[in-house]
Amino acid sequence: MSGPRLFLIGATHHNAPVEVREKLAVDSESALRGELASVSGLRELAVLNTCNRIEFYGVASDEAAVDAVQAVYCARQKFEVGQFESIRIRLTGMEAALHLFEVASGLDSQLVGENEIFGQVKEAYAAAQASGSTGAVLNRLFQKAFQAAKHVRTHTGISSGRVSVANVAVDLATNIFGSLGEVKVLVLGTGEIGEGTAKAFKSRGAEDLAVAGRRIERATEVAGGLGADTVRFEEIDAHLSNYDIVVCSTSAPTTVVSTSAVATAMKKRPARPLLLIDLALPRDVEAAAADLQNVFLYNLDDLAKIAEMNRTAREAEVVKCRELLSHRAASLWEHVQRTLVSGSNGTSDSPRQAEPSPAPPSGP
Amino acid sequence: MHVDLSDRQWLWCAAAFYAAGFLLGTVSIVRGGRMHGLAIYGSILAGYVLQWIGLGIRGHAAGGCPLGNQFEIFQFTAWSAITLYLVIGVTFRSSVLGYFTSCLGAALTILSLSIPAWDSVRRTHIFGGNPWIELHAALAIFSYGVYGLLALTSTLFLFRHFSLKSKRLGGWFSFLPSIMVLDHIEVRLLGAGTALLTLALAFGSVYFTRDTSNVGHFKLAATVAVWAAAAVAFGLRASGRLLAKRFAWTCLALFAAALLSLSAVDESRHPVAPPTPKVSAP
Repeated sequence: MSGPRLFLIGATHHNAPVEVREKLAVDSESALRGELASVSGLRELAVLNTCNRIEFYGVASDEAAVDAVQAVYCARQKFEVGQFESIRIRLTGMEAALHLFEVASGLDSQLVGENEIFGQVKEAYAAAQASGSTGAVLNRLFQKAFQAAKHVRTHTGISSGRVSVANVAVDLATNIFGSLGEVKVLVLGTGEIGEGTAKAFKSRGAEDLAVAGRRIERATEVAGGLGADTVRFEEIDAHLSNYDIVVCSTSAPTTVVSTSAVATAMKKRPARPLLLIDLALPRDVEAAAADLQNVFLYNLDDLAKIAEMNRTAREAEVVKCRELLSHRAASLWEHVQRTLVSGSNGTSDSPRQAEPSPAPPSGP
Repeated sequence: MHVDLSDRQWLWCAAAFYAAGFLLGTVSIVRGGRMHGLAIYGSILAGYVLQWIGLGIRGHAAGGCPLGNQFEIFQFTAWSAITLYLVIGVTFRSSVLGYFTSCLGAALTILSLSIPAWDSVRRTHIFGGNPWIELHAALAIFSYGVYGLLALTSTLFLFRHFSLKSKRLGGWFSFLPSIMVLDHIEVRLLGAGTALLTLALAFGSVYFTRDTSNVGHFKLAATVAVWAAAAVAFGLRASGRLLAKRFAWTCLALFAAALLSLSAVDESRHPVAPPTPKVSAP
């Protein structure tokens, strides 16, 4: 194809492992923009820089301009061009448009369906706009990408269901208690998984947390980080009735929470359900506790199964999403082609000089 | 535009809208997609308005609340349940409750419309111009409507309980509200229904003590039994002795008992008056 073209060049988590992505991450987008402004034939440009991808969306008058963008970027990052070419993604025309649609919709994310990427694409576009490097093509492309992303999130199940054990546990709790603002959570064990789950509860509104561990110093330290209380490990049974959710993740070789202890606790609080989340191996909670009225017991396997089901359900939605997005991309492309043809006689041959832009977004 | 439909035609239209809401929800579930809460709510609302018109025509013809036969009692029960749903459904934020309400509305209205015998005898002026008796009857049937919604909430509770115990949280189970929310609503509905029925019986007892010969003993026993069962269930729940699944099953049984008691209520009616010309034949 001759004449101006829409292009995408970059690298993502699909082909670049984390140690490579570390080298590809741009520390100062505004400085990079300044250097790219001198590329001849580059008419529009937007940079999407997250911890999982570095992508340049642009409009260039010819392939040489796209090569020049790559060269400037690699030189700045001190990254060998040959190595970059072995891992890069390079698309033009409708394929580039469709790729942005998929990225904004979370289809191309490491965790398919996650929402954070949508905000990151918005930030990237806002930064490009602020630096004056967008034009008729990129403006329309990004706006349509946002519309498409909102559409698929509303009309498909791409974002539904949690896919990490900690978040599945929190979702489970909301199925029992509704809002988590009033629930009391006890974390047994001071390991990483218990702490992570406690953090997930806190981030979703649980305010009343307590930590119990065999080593009281470690329990106090973890509790301090969470803004939680500390409970003496040997007093767990006596305190059990005070809590709605008990997250167990100790490394104890035998059962820590017995059925009789749970039964005794339930007698003191018969009307309130008790959720026991057993993340330990070997298990901390006696399995027979699940048979008690108003007691719900989930172990690591149960949560992993739910997470896997959610992941599978999301993947099934991907096909539906891709179909929706490709229709929208085709429709957009018809319009963009007209813009490119009418703009092929344009006078501007490079994006305007970069202005200071927001800090690079982090996350997926 | 003037629409010249008979009361039963209006009520058929209402039933069709309730059924449409139920169908809409079923299609969403079968396709594994999201439930269209607004569309279901809209269908129920449309059905409710049409049912109001139909019952209004009958009420006008009967010279009071249309509770003159089994057909009207079922229609009024459905209307009461839906009145309450339309009020609390918004705060409930559950399209599943709408789905089940449309199912209950469709079931009660279509069942009553499909049995012509229930509407073969029309009674007018059954309250003898006594507004207290009319209030007694309306409150009693309204409380049965509340129990209808209670039965739906209890069904949702049992589904949610099953999903949590069996660890099946996907599919349409994901549309269900939390178990605590359902439990709170169950308690409130049982309390509200029982309070309404208590009031109804209080108004009725004033009439009964003045004229014992005109009140059927079977009706009296059936109604008082339903009230006593509701009051005992509420007391046991409040004292923490009837909980979770057992409480939900009790609420379902209570609604079934309330429905069964309706025939006793209907049989105790006064002599039949000739049909009024404004109302169409079933």
